Amino acid sequence: MSLSTQQLEEAYAEMLRIRGFEERAQELYAKLHFKGSTHLGIGQEAVAVGARLGLQEGDLVAPTYRGHAYALAWGMTSFSLFAELLGREAGSNHGRGGSKHMGSAELGVIPGNAIVAANLPIACGTALRAKMDGDDEVTVVVFGDGATNQAAFHEAMNLAAVWDLPVIFLCENNLYSEMTPIKDAVKVDELSIRASAYGMPGVRVDGMSVGAVADVVSQAAARARAGQGPTFIEAMTYRYCGHMPGDMCDYRTREEEAEWKSRDAIEACEALLVAGGKTPAETAAIRERVEQELNAAEAEALASPLPDPSTISRGAAAWMETSR
Amino acid sequence: MSARELPYREAIREAIQIEMQRDPDVFIMGEDIGSYGGIYKVTKGLYEEFGPERVMDTPISEAGFVGAAIGAAMVGKRPIVELMFMDFSLVAADQILNQAGKQRFMSGDDFRVPMTIRTQQGAGGGVGAQHGQSLEALFMHIPGFAIALPSTAADAKGLMATAIRMDDPTMFIEHKTLYAEKDPVPEGEYLIPFGQAAIRTEGSDITLISYSASMLPTLKAAELLKANHGIHAEVIDLRTIVPVDWETITASIMKTGHGVVIHEAHRRGGVGAEIASELTQRTWGTLAAPIARIGGLDIPIPFSPSLEAVWHIQPQDIVNTALRTLKK
Repeated sequence: MSLSTQQLEEAYAEMLRIRGFEERAQELYAKLHFKGSTHLGIGQEAVAVGARLGLQEGDLVAPTYRGHAYALAWGMTSFSLFAELLGREAGSNHGRGGSKHMGSAELGVIPGNAIVAANLPIACGTALRAKMDGDDEVTVVVFGDGATNQAAFHEAMNLAAVWDLPVIFLCENNLYSEMTPIKDAVKVDELSIRASAYGMPGVRVDGMSVGAVADVVSQAAARARAGQGPTFIEAMTYRYCGHMPGDMCDYRTREEEAEWKSRDAIEACEALLVAGGKTPAETAAIRERVEQELNAAEAEALASPLPDPSTISRGAAAWMETSR
Repeated sequence: MSARELPYREAIREAIQIEMQRDPDVFIMGEDIGSYGGIYKVTKGLYEEFGPERVMDTPISEAGFVGAAIGAAMVGKRPIVELMFMDFSLVAADQILNQAGKQRFMSGDDFRVPMTIRTQQGAGGGVGAQHGQSLEALFMHIPGFAIALPSTAADAKGLMATAIRMDDPTMFIEHKTLYAEKDPVPEGEYLIPFGQAAIRTEGSDITLISYSASMLPTLKAAELLKANHGIHAEVIDLRTIVPVDWETITASIMKTGHGVVIHEAHRRGGVGAEIASELTQRTWGTLAAPIARIGGLDIPIPFSPSLEAVWHIQPQDIVNTALRTLKK
């Protein structure tokens, strides 16, 4: 599936939005506008945007705690995400979830999960529903390389394969399992070969190429929709930032970082657009439009109120004790 | 509504069957529950009636299939999951405690998880330390699940139907020694709300509070107290421990001034500690003695019958504790 000029332009804008959002998140955290943590995927944008391009309207995504990119790519507004990041009532989860758990039932975003492989079995369930009801809907579940060592990964891979579930296992291999090199955590050179143990195809793809990701995701989706079951995709990518705020990345070299940044997905996309006839002024205009949207959304979120303490029981089951 | 005698296992099956007939989104999955009918035969016949699409055998993969049930529930299904033994819930602990019970709140009420986990627990018959544990206190501690532990066939039917219809996750904990116990069970649709305790025996001297299979030695103890000591115990079956029917048990303690909480699970950190502590706060000033609690010994469940009998609460243990509480 080669991307049309229109799709390339959309992908470019979407990746800019994601990166711009996350850079602002980094700054908001540094300036103490919110606490806890936030796990950013700056540099990994092509995987989320490629996945979205390879799927159809109505397909579900189940991201990890590093999930801003998927929330945005699936249509959640930058305002609702800024507000959630800041714990505001207007946030996507009304401030109850925070950075790690953004989700939307309406848009098909299963909330991000702070247990690295936990969304894999859950995604088997959303895919099971589609299969049971005969719906033409695929779930893509996203996780890092480190999650492939958790039991839930293996249980979900087996379950999806044996039940031919319409699910795509999308692994963002950014080479580091939090702060530990993945090569120190697994014995195999390529994670994608693990798929063969469960009787499903495993494919490795350049995660810095939005077109390449869209291509393999669309093939996997076609298999899933045809009742042929799941596919495991290992997207090779790199996070330019640390795993979490304060992570100085002293477990990797500056040379390695520079090498990956030289293959930046946004710059590559821009080069393709220019090669296809866009002028630098036109790409600059896209950047400017995205900047303005993000600036406005951020300012609006910062000005919006925290949840009223009296609403503490929102979303609590009837039997939960919500007062002392 | 007429009632006929049914064993506990068949009462549960009947509730599941009726709910599956009335709601196509209800389905059940678990290990060996399909054509085999489940190791305690609770699901026997459901596979033949509803087929493999709605009565699904799973791999031995508790985290995998509990997670799949959560996912299906989040997008509109009403799954029932059978965990073959309560002990296996620990294999799926992340999915149960970190996932199912938190999705609704954490999403700002955007997603719900109308899932029922069915499992059975309890020592007896030499099942040993990894097939006989009573783990309800673990799941009572973390907010997220409503928890039922029925002691009679009728309650099992009524509470199971309610659990399946609830929009939040429920844990339905059966007891392996109760499956063949019979009592009159209403026919047709029958629902019992969670949070309503049942007074099994009225009395004025002391309140005995229990649930699940521990109701049997508790009722026996009440008979012994009356026959041998002239003491009239009020026996209350909690039926659900989340939520607890505080109103009924508080009123009873206000009346008797004395109480004992009895459960098979280990005493330390158990449900009895929670009940006794809360009741003490609610009835302080009218209490004539501290509320006592009895549980299984604080060691893993032994295999040998002679040791297993010691581990278990016997009716006389309950009688002795009641007498101490009453200073008799």
